Amino acid sequence: MKNINTQVNIAGLKLKNPVITASGSFGFGREYSEYMDLNKLGGISVKGLTLKPRQGNRPPRIAETPAGILNSVGLQNPGVEAFIKNEIPFLRQFDTAIIANIAGNTVEDYCQMAEILSDADIDAIELNLSCPNTKEGCMIFGISPNGVASITNQVKKYCKKPLIVKLTPNVTNIMAIAEAAEAGGADAVSLINTILGMAIDINTRRPILANNFGGLSGPAVKPVALRMVYEAATRVKIPVIGMGGISTADDAIEFMLAGASAVMVGTANFAYPAVCVEIADGIATYIQKHNYDNIYDIIGKLELNT
Amino acid sequence: MPKVLREKIKRIENIAPGIFLMNIESGYIAENAKPGQFVNIKCCEGLNALLRRPISICRVDRSEGTFDIVFQVKGTGTEFLCRKQAGETVDLIGPLGNSFDIDDKYENIAVVGGGIGIFPLLFLLNEKKATKKTAFLGFRNKELIVLRKEFEQASDKLNISTDDGSEGYNGLITDLLEKDIVQAGYDMIYTCGPTPMIKKVCNIADSSSIKCQVSLEQRMGCGIGACLVCACKTKYGDDWEYSHVCKDGPVFSSSEVIFE
Ligand SMILES: Cc1cc2nc3c(=O)[nH]c(=O)nc-3n(C[C@H](O)[C@H](O)[C@H](O)COP(=O)(O)OP(=O)(O)OC[C@H]3O[C@@H](n4cnc5c(N)ncnc54)[C@H](O)[C@@H]3O)c2cc1C
Ligand SMILES: Cc1cc2nc3c(=O)[nH]c(=O)nc-3n(C[C@H](O)[C@H](O)[C@H](O)COP(=O)(O)O)c2cc1C
Ligand code: FES
Repeated sequence: MKNINTQVNIAGLKLKNPVITASGSFGFGREYSEYMDLNKLGGISVKGLTLKPRQGNRPPRIAETPAGILNSVGLQNPGVEAFIKNEIPFLRQFDTAIIANIAGNTVEDYCQMAEILSDADIDAIELNLSCPNTKEGCMIFGISPNGVASITNQVKKYCKKPLIVKLTPNVTNIMAIAEAAEAGGADAVSLINTILGMAIDINTRRPILANNFGGLSGPAVKPVALRMVYEAATRVKIPVIGMGGISTADDAIEFMLAGASAVMVGTANFAYPAVCVEIADGIATYIQKHNYDNIYDIIGKLELNT
Repeated sequence: MPKVLREKIKRIENIAPGIFLMNIESGYIAENAKPGQFVNIKCCEGLNALLRRPISICRVDRSEGTFDIVFQVKGTGTEFLCRKQAGETVDLIGPLGNSFDIDDKYENIAVVGGGIGIFPLLFLLNEKKATKKTAFLGFRNKELIVLRKEFEQASDKLNISTDDGSEGYNGLITDLLEKDIVQAGYDMIYTCGPTPMIKKVCNIADSSSIKCQVSLEQRMGCGIGACLVCACKTKYGDDWEYSHVCKDGPVFSSSEVIFE
């Protein structure tokens, strides 16, 4: 079998394969390292970091819905300093890209974190403008083109690493938002974050989540995510990282055909801890089966019906 | 260390209305599981019951290389699980979570269980070397009493209560514990079941200065400590923090849990 090259280059970030674990689904990799070889991942986007440690929302924080889940974790994390001290040394033992996902309450928070992390041993920063689960709501930055352009532009001044801007799907026009991120200086965009949703227990007449609302992810969101990734990819020149409901290599290839240069996988890890390795292998098999030279023969190669 | 396993179902039995006992061939779980730990089961392939379901390990047979789980049919996941047949395989991750402290220094123990919370306590009783073991089990009614013989064999004294009085004491199982607590001289109490019950047990134990361990339940995502959805409030110095039931628990000491 010829050695299949699935390496991709995203804004100066070299990934050995296009499969990255999505922020919040994979912690800092420690737990999953017992179930899989982290060296086989293209990258790891770590749990969303904030400047100071956060305890997150009250439980229950999860509800299963048809083919998906709602979560309202609310960014429980040890803070950016503890991440640098305790988690980077662990992650660096593995040959995989480290992407620091950050969220803040103010523009200053984002800038300060970008500055601190620029001096840390990580490979890229992912700006989470789209978390629906905090009271202060960092989503507020992500829902208008002006907001996205402005915060990207500010953070870019402090950021010495490739800057990925993560977009929320809770908007009417994703194309305008993606363009705004590019105009603000983003090196790449990633989408989608979770879709705001709700689930109700009819016996207690209350929402299942203590937070009332939560973010929907998993296979249920895939068609929406795919459409948004396609729309974003047609509008921007910077690379697009696609996610939302990816559970198999076939799902990942759909996103890549729609224009994603790489993919992130979240919810699917919960059921099958080693699924990302299977997805990466499956993409290589697909390339080989179709006799393509490399991964770039599928990225954005969708042909629309006329 | 927990593993992803595909194991063969040896036997499945409907032991009470809506309650099933599944005997699973797994040398690995039988060998490695400790009382209080659970397995996380993919109840069906595909998009139904997307997440795994946590179920306690109820009994192990190390010579035979099997273990039992007992579960109540609640919703989609357990509905799929109960339709599985002997000879089919079940996809599970385990053994997960921490375990009860069954150190030999505890010589006179009580277990207090309610409903589906009784199952890890049977495993505990069978593993615990103690001079004296007392079991308190609460059920909704006579029909739902399960594993009675097994609990009788594993303990020195079995107390049963039902909410409707159809068998044993008519009322809450914690009433029996409370009556018994002064003269019984327990040095450790273990409890698992509905939140109001375990809260009461913790109160009773604390007011008699008896050590108490409680097994908590919370809705889970990954089951291995990565997604942080299964939060429970615990003490942290003078402050509190959110711990995680799947990894830091399910067993906590009553002195560290903060009930809300
Ligand atoms: C550590 C632990 C050990 C358990 N041991 C047992 C056992 O030995 N026997 C037994 O019958 N049950 C046990 N349970 C409860 C069991 O996990 C739930 O009854 C089961 O997940 C319900 O799934 P379902 O699809 O049938 O119900 P649904 O209501 O359709 O489930 C929907 C979602 O909610 C979650 N959920 C619902 N109820 C609970 C609950 N009580 N705890 C946690 N998650 C829940 C499900 O996992 C699923 O993600 C245990 C729970 C925990 C956390
Ligand atoms: C439990 C959970 C926690 C999440 N936490 C974060 C987070 O901290 N930061 C972030 O940018 N996205 C977070 N997400 C969103 C995912 O990274 C991803 O965008 C989304 O789940 C869609 O992908 P999926 O369908 O593959 O899960 C979280 C998702 C889940 C399910
Ligand atoms: S279920 Fe994911 S951390 Fe407990």
